[in-house]
Amino acid sequence: MLKKTSCFLVLAGAVALAPFSVRCGRDSRRTVNVVGSTSIQPFAELLAQEYEKKNPGQKVDVQGGGSTAGLQAVHNGLAQIGMCSRALSPEEAKEFTPVTIARDGLAVVVNPANPVGGLTVEQIRGLFSGQTKNWTDVGGKDEPVRVITREEGSGTRDCFVHLAMGKEKISQEALVQESSGAVKELVKGNPGAIGYISLGLVSKELKALVVDGAVPTAENVLAGKYKLARPLLFVTRGSPNPKAQKFIDFVSLPESQKTLEAEGLIRAQ
Amino acid sequence: MRQDKIISAILMAIAFTAILGLAVITIFIFKEGVPIILRLGGREFFFSSDWDPKAGHFGIRSMIIGSMMVTCGAMVIGISFSLGLAIVLTQFSPPGLTRVLKPVIELLAGIPSVVYGFVGVVTLVPLIQNHLGGPGLSVLAASIVLGIMVLPTVTSISVDALNAVPRPFWEGSIALGATRWQTVHMVMFKAARSGIVSAIILGMGRAVGETMAVIMVGGNTLAVPKSLLDPVRTLTANIALEMGYASGDHRQALFATGVTLFAFIMILNMIALTVSRRQARGTGAR
Repeated sequence: MLKKTSCFLVLAGAVALAPFSVRCGRDSRRTVNVVGSTSIQPFAELLAQEYEKKNPGQKVDVQGGGSTAGLQAVHNGLAQIGMCSRALSPEEAKEFTPVTIARDGLAVVVNPANPVGGLTVEQIRGLFSGQTKNWTDVGGKDEPVRVITREEGSGTRDCFVHLAMGKEKISQEALVQESSGAVKELVKGNPGAIGYISLGLVSKELKALVVDGAVPTAENVLAGKYKLARPLLFVTRGSPNPKAQKFIDFVSLPESQKTLEAEGLIRAQ
Repeated sequence: MRQDKIISAILMAIAFTAILGLAVITIFIFKEGVPIILRLGGREFFFSSDWDPKAGHFGIRSMIIGSMMVTCGAMVIGISFSLGLAIVLTQFSPPGLTRVLKPVIELLAGIPSVVYGFVGVVTLVPLIQNHLGGPGLSVLAASIVLGIMVLPTVTSISVDALNAVPRPFWEGSIALGATRWQTVHMVMFKAARSGIVSAIILGMGRAVGETMAVIMVGGNTLAVPKSLLDPVRTLTANIALEMGYASGDHRQALFATGVTLFAFIMILNMIALTVSRRQARGTGAR
């Protein structure tokens, strides 16, 4: 009871304050508002901090909400920059100008004890949709497939569904974990497990699968060979105001790109 | 005199703020959650297992069943251990042991639920996975963790209930030649029954509402669990997992999940209240 109550209290507070903070931001002219994808948000926050440190008096306000909400905010003029973690649709491309700030790859990971080393996107789709129930069907040992996914709304999940699932849905039987760390932990402990995490988070205890013949490396993502990758975009509408442009330029600087690489992303170029 | 009045007014105001808080929360949850239940229809919302927010399907049947299974499991484990402990503490343990045991059990209540969840993931889940099969994250794991978490609540209220039984009951029973165990289960338990029942219901309330530990050891699948070894998503887990990103209908559906939970816990509290009222009347009659 107490847990639930306090949870709702926090939520109520957040909900009550959210529009307020947007309004505050918009009113003050010194602030650049950056709104959008929750998968870019932590990186944008990091860069915003560095930007503010190097340019005293400048303020960058970063908020989540999702890629589409970010585009909406730019459309309505509530934000100068939208964060979008997927490619723009042709219609969106007409209205908005995207700048690729970095790339992100998704690794499909299995337990190191699993003999399967590579899969096609179709096979991955079959495994995650629950149609393939045993590893023997894709050339592995006789072991039931244990699908591990992220929670509904997670940027990583959206990206995976977008890139790999096509029209299929992730199986209802899939275990849902609320962080990449938890996904890693489960894959490590279960010989039949398969999950997906950001490329930068792959460690030695896991095996990242070769997808459609391409090894998941930053080079292959940059070369466009590795399919499970997405651009992380900053999106503006028309000609951005000088403050917003200055922040976008800052993000494209080699040192900022290095910061992003250190955080596990892949540089834009 | 005047000072008295001022202080009582201040205290009154504070007391009402607390009630106001509850009222605001209730109104807020219902305002956000009820419209979508009405729009989808209770049947669709409560009796369908299809939860796919992107496609606009909001069915929480599997989570209702999940919450019930986990709570029942937790209560089976929690009650057996708690009542055992309560009996030992009130009847059989030497005073020295009681002085150690009781604070230790109460200390269990102070451990944050994340810690319970973490210990569950690290120790219990692999144990279940290796020895019983399945993914390890399961109804069973959640039940065991929650069973331990409700232990302090149920134990301490049961101990109070047993201690509240008038001493002559016990003496009379022993004098009639009943053994200690016979006295416990035929006299003491009967006399303290309503207190113990409300302890159990309060424990149930805690088990239904627990979130963090259940997310960590439950597995959170959307499918209806078919056995104790299947993973499970509870109502609370559903809210906590998805609230961070939800907007529009999805967000409302999560509030509606909260409404369901609210009703769940209200019913439990009402039962607890009725039972403890009956107890008050019962002891008065004796």
